[in-house]
Amino acid sequence: AWSMSASAVFVLDLKGKVLICRNYKGDVDMSEIDHFFTLLVQQEEEGLLCPVMSHGNVHFLWIKHSNLYLVATTNKNSNASLVYAFLYKLVEVFTEYFKELEEESIQDNFVVVYELLDELMDFGFPQTTDSKILQEYITQQGNKLEVAKTKVPTTVTNAVSWRSEGIRYKKNEVFIDVIESINVLVNANGSVMSSDIVGSIKLKTMLSGMPELRLGLNDRMLFALTGRDKGKAVTMEDVKFHQCVRLSRFESDRTISFIPPDGESELMSYRINTHVKPLIWIESVIEKFSHSRVEIMVKAKGQFKKQSVANNVEIRVPVPSDADSPKFKTSTGHAKYVPEKNLVVWSIKSFPGGKEFLMRAHFGLPSVENHEMEGRPPITVKFEIPYFTVSGIQVRYMKIIEKSGYQALPWVRYITQSGGERRFA
Amino acid sequence: MTDSKYFTTTKKGEIFELKAELNSDKKEKKKEAVKKVIASMTVGKDVSALFPDVVNCMQTDNLELKKLVYLYLMNYAKSQPDMAIMAVNTFVKDCEDLNPLIRALAVRTMGCIRVDKITEYLCEPLRKCLKDEDPYVRKTAAVCVAKLHDINAQLVEDQGFLDTLKDLISDSNPMVVANAVAALSEIAESHPNSNLLDLNPQTINKLLTALNECTEWGQIFILDCLASYLPRDDRESQSICERVTPRLSHANSAVVLSAVKVLMKFMEMLPKDLDYYGTLLKKLAPPLVTLLSAEPELQYVALRNINLIVQKRPEILKHEMKVFFVKYNDPIYVKLEKLDIMIRLASQANIAQVLAELKEYATEVDVDFVRKAVRAIGRCAIKVEQSAERCVSTLLDLIQTKVNYVVQEAIVVIKDIFRKYPNKYESVIATLCENLDSLDEPEARAAMIWIVGEYAERIDNADELLESFLEGFHDESTQVQLQLLTAIVKLFLKKPTETQELVQQVLSLATQDSDNPDLRDRGYIYWRLLSTDPVAAKEVVLAEKPLISEETDLIEPTLLEELICHIGTLASVYHKPPSAFVEGSRGVQHKRLPPRAGSGESTESPDVGQSGPSEAPPAVIPSQGDLLGDLLNLDLAPPTATVPSVQPSMQMGAMDLLGGGLDSLLGGDIGGSPSVTAMPASLGSAPAVGGGLGDLFDLGGGVGMPTGSYVAPKTVWLLAMKAKGLEISGTFARRGGIIQMDLSLTNKAMSVMTDFAIQFNRNSFGLAPAGPLQVLTPLSPNQTIDVSLPLSTSGPVMKMEPLNNLQVAVKNNIDVFYFSCQYPLSLLFVEDGKMDRQVFLATWKDIPNDNEAQFQIKDIHLNSDVASNKLQGSNIFTIAKRTVEGQDMLYQSVKLTNGIWVLAEMRIQTEPFLLSDLKCTEPRIVYANLLHSQ
Repeated sequence: AWSMSASAVFVLDLKGKVLICRNYKGDVDMSEIDHFFTLLVQQEEEGLLCPVMSHGNVHFLWIKHSNLYLVATTNKNSNASLVYAFLYKLVEVFTEYFKELEEESIQDNFVVVYELLDELMDFGFPQTTDSKILQEYITQQGNKLEVAKTKVPTTVTNAVSWRSEGIRYKKNEVFIDVIESINVLVNANGSVMSSDIVGSIKLKTMLSGMPELRLGLNDRMLFALTGRDKGKAVTMEDVKFHQCVRLSRFESDRTISFIPPDGESELMSYRINTHVKPLIWIESVIEKFSHSRVEIMVKAKGQFKKQSVANNVEIRVPVPSDADSPKFKTSTGHAKYVPEKNLVVWSIKSFPGGKEFLMRAHFGLPSVENHEMEGRPPITVKFEIPYFTVSGIQVRYMKIIEKSGYQALPWVRYITQSGGERRFA
Repeated sequence: MTDSKYFTTTKKGEIFELKAELNSDKKEKKKEAVKKVIASMTVGKDVSALFPDVVNCMQTDNLELKKLVYLYLMNYAKSQPDMAIMAVNTFVKDCEDLNPLIRALAVRTMGCIRVDKITEYLCEPLRKCLKDEDPYVRKTAAVCVAKLHDINAQLVEDQGFLDTLKDLISDSNPMVVANAVAALSEIAESHPNSNLLDLNPQTINKLLTALNECTEWGQIFILDCLASYLPRDDRESQSICERVTPRLSHANSAVVLSAVKVLMKFMEMLPKDLDYYGTLLKKLAPPLVTLLSAEPELQYVALRNINLIVQKRPEILKHEMKVFFVKYNDPIYVKLEKLDIMIRLASQANIAQVLAELKEYATEVDVDFVRKAVRAIGRCAIKVEQSAERCVSTLLDLIQTKVNYVVQEAIVVIKDIFRKYPNKYESVIATLCENLDSLDEPEARAAMIWIVGEYAERIDNADELLESFLEGFHDESTQVQLQLLTAIVKLFLKKPTETQELVQQVLSLATQDSDNPDLRDRGYIYWRLLSTDPVAAKEVVLAEKPLISEETDLIEPTLLEELICHIGTLASVYHKPPSAFVEGSRGVQHKRLPPRAGSGESTESPDVGQSGPSEAPPAVIPSQGDLLGDLLNLDLAPPTATVPSVQPSMQMGAMDLLGGGLDSLLGGDIGGSPSVTAMPASLGSAPAVGGGLGDLFDLGGGVGMPTGSYVAPKTVWLLAMKAKGLEISGTFARRGGIIQMDLSLTNKAMSVMTDFAIQFNRNSFGLAPAGPLQVLTPLSPNQTIDVSLPLSTSGPVMKMEPLNNLQVAVKNNIDVFYFSCQYPLSLLFVEDGKMDRQVFLATWKDIPNDNEAQFQIKDIHLNSDVASNKLQGSNIFTIAKRTVEGQDMLYQSVKLTNGIWVLAEMRIQTEPFLLSDLKCTEPRIVYANLLHSQ
């Protein structure tokens, strides 16, 4: 039968021991959880791990976070996406409460964990899950029932359920970070198989009262609607917004209007489907001489504007697991062998656009060949380029209106990151 | 300071110490103690013994303490139903507290205490809370209605809570609306035919308004509820779609998927030539693609659903092939799903890219992924004809790698390619044959054999190849055997002169040396065909085969429609019908897509149940009823006019009493409360089985005399002729709480017997000798000695058949002898088996009907008092008596040595019958055996 979600939620350690649990519906025997770990181990052995497992008519939906498993049980046709989204929300809330979410933090805070589990879900229906709001009435120190403190924050049930009233700042400011990640998949022969840009606009809001904000981007659809066509515009393939953004408003006239949550939040993310070439182009030659050595040559070229600089560049080159006695030569930066990951990490602090660098690595191979099949992980590149977005997206304005009429300043930063992989020949 | 200190145990006397602390006058100490109790509960210790002490802490003005006490109550109330009532007052009081947090907490917790007795006290506070001024309390009370409904549906209906809940859909607060919708949807699910949600354009409008204002989770509740609505026409459908599409931009993936579900369903009603239809199609692709950047588990759910969407509306994602390319670090479950979707999207336009990717994957290390990639190449060949040649050459390249599982997969798919494109790629057969020896998987062997048989005329040494398989015929799997049989018959029909011996050999292997009926049958069919009409044989065996279809793994259309209506749910993840998730007899509503727009069908009628082309069940799949009918009519003798009536329910009962259920009886229960059993027995129509109880009644002589436990006369257990002259007879008795085995040992041999000892095998109730067998003096020929052996019930336990069977070994100076005997179950009825009246009543109600058995005992002329008296002698206690329509009803309880309770209702009919209605839960076995036992 249909049901909203979980019958019960469990937090288990890596050995499958239940650390804490909450039975929400009582329609699944709590001892069913004993089968979870057995199933997990069995699937791991068969190499067919799956995020949903079943035993009889009981289904386990689970995620893993640091040294914990978070598991929901159900015997109905539950909304699986809701369950996973909720489990991830649990991780988020616990992390905001305890900084780190791991075995120790569950035990150290079991009273609050129980309180949160009681508040976050009722009879399998997720309830208030905004940790900032929860922190207003579920506090770490047991609260005494003095009348002032024990009201339900109206925020909980308000239409604006993410921001409390009465916030005050001396100086009203908003910091806007536009962060773009480039995902490029390059084939062994150097052709780009797929590429996209995933952008994220993050806010750090330090504003008093209940401000109304409007964000203006150089959005091509918006320009088309308003008949404006000067300047470079960007086509966003898909956009996802924080709870606070009025979605129907955006749908009708592409206006991004909202009352922001206080402090840090991700306002929106977008995906742009353009053909982009890798910003740092990698070429590699790997020569393997069986039983004796392997020689690796990696060439990296900055394919972005000369004025820009990529910072904290990390090029990760996989090597055979039985390689030993590494020797490196780099034209810039330094290379390090990370044997536990079978990687050479070539780090370059600052990589100007248009430049080309080289790294050579030499490894010994044992005379007895390793017969185990090894995967061929791709070369991956990580970097950050400040003051620059590949898509050319721009924050044109951020209007801030609050009834008290204060002046507030928006600050904008742009960063481009990478998340690409280059396959081996 | 962290909470971890509460987990440190004091071991000895822990419960005792906690009890003292819980009753402390100091508030702080009390609170610390409750935390320790909760900590113990968290690590799985049973702290239910502290129930009254913890409940005493309930009345506090400390919110944290109150929450902990409530938490404790939720966990243990069910095991302490009587004491849970103690908490009711505080709940009722808390529901009227000034603080809305406490009101909500109380109503939330009350609903979680699943004790039937408490529920009636819940109604008044709940009614108030549903109308509370604070929305936080109302939203909590709304959910509580669903909780209460789950415990006592009738009560909720009688109290009018459903109407109040419906009213809450119009509440001013969006969170209250969302929870009311969730609660109603959940309740509606258990009433498949009720019109509980009663969705109409007005309520839909309210829901759509709340959609913009409630939390992300509330949006999901509302969207899932909307998905069950059927718009009146395409205009309404479009207007709902327009108001739902903004949700596709929500950051929460679950909101997006629920919106996709609504849109996919309502789209069905839009005319395809409508501009809006095209717009909507375009709007669906980007959010689906973005779901692939979500957390891996959510990606998995999304991919399983995209798989359905691609089958239903391939046009949505036809240009998005690349986003399904596999990333190196994708979890395996994501990789496999992506691969599946890639094949579904493969077309002439993108096949080159797809093949390049697949070839890449086929050289990875993960075996399952590689296999699936190889198979995918074959599927591409079958799906996109223009690519077939390229696929075949890619497969040949892969075969050259000689990686064993790659070769085997490749051969399996090449067989399918041959089936799809006959007489086109047979040139590769030679290469395939080179790899014959490396094939060790049945599917690959079968595929290769099929190829050799099918193309026998082109393979010079086909006979040698097939003969080589024949050597280990009986070690092959059925699949291979069947294929080999057919292949050799084909070979024979093509090259009859050289292969006569071979075909005879395989036919005899299949028909004479095999005990597999399928193989034998096929063997005989070939044999007869070949011997009677070789021409016909040729026509049959070498007939042209139908081409295989493009996609063999498409989901059956009606199931697909149903799954589309359940996007995001487990059904859509497993690709199993939602009805597979239903337990027991609750009905299921089959959700269907609305009737297609513009397909000639009237869209005016909102009742999809009757109209729409999708309604007609697929002709090929007969409903189960038809199938059964067919089977029953099939060449059977005319059905017997009357089924012999199974008259005494007892006999049936007794049969299944003996099976099953025992494991749960004997295992578990350590530290828990004893499991409870009840059974009605009805003495009457089955005197043979009624024996046990009958015996109990027959005994004891005079009316009203206090009686002891019934002891049956001794019977012979071990015959002298089987035991070198030792004869043993015996019986069992329970005397003053001690179980005894009364034995008579008789020496019928010529020489003296000494050194007696006795041992029991493991048995159902752990019976074991409590001491040695006391035969102190030698047993002379023709001498008989009576011994009473005290027994304990602490021996090892093993289920016996029948349950009361006991296997005994007796040793003497001559040999060891074995025999088995059966003990009366009444032996195990303990003296403290008198259940508390209240507990009895509560338990009696909770026993499911399945666990009841009824028996009748005839020809017993006793009134209820006498019967009660007699039974009490055997520790069957009368708890209550009432008279209904002149018949006396006795309610009785029995407790077994292993802690199992049996409850009985006995109806004494007016002379000359005594009817006893024994009711028994799960361990039905017990009473049955009581009645069986001698």
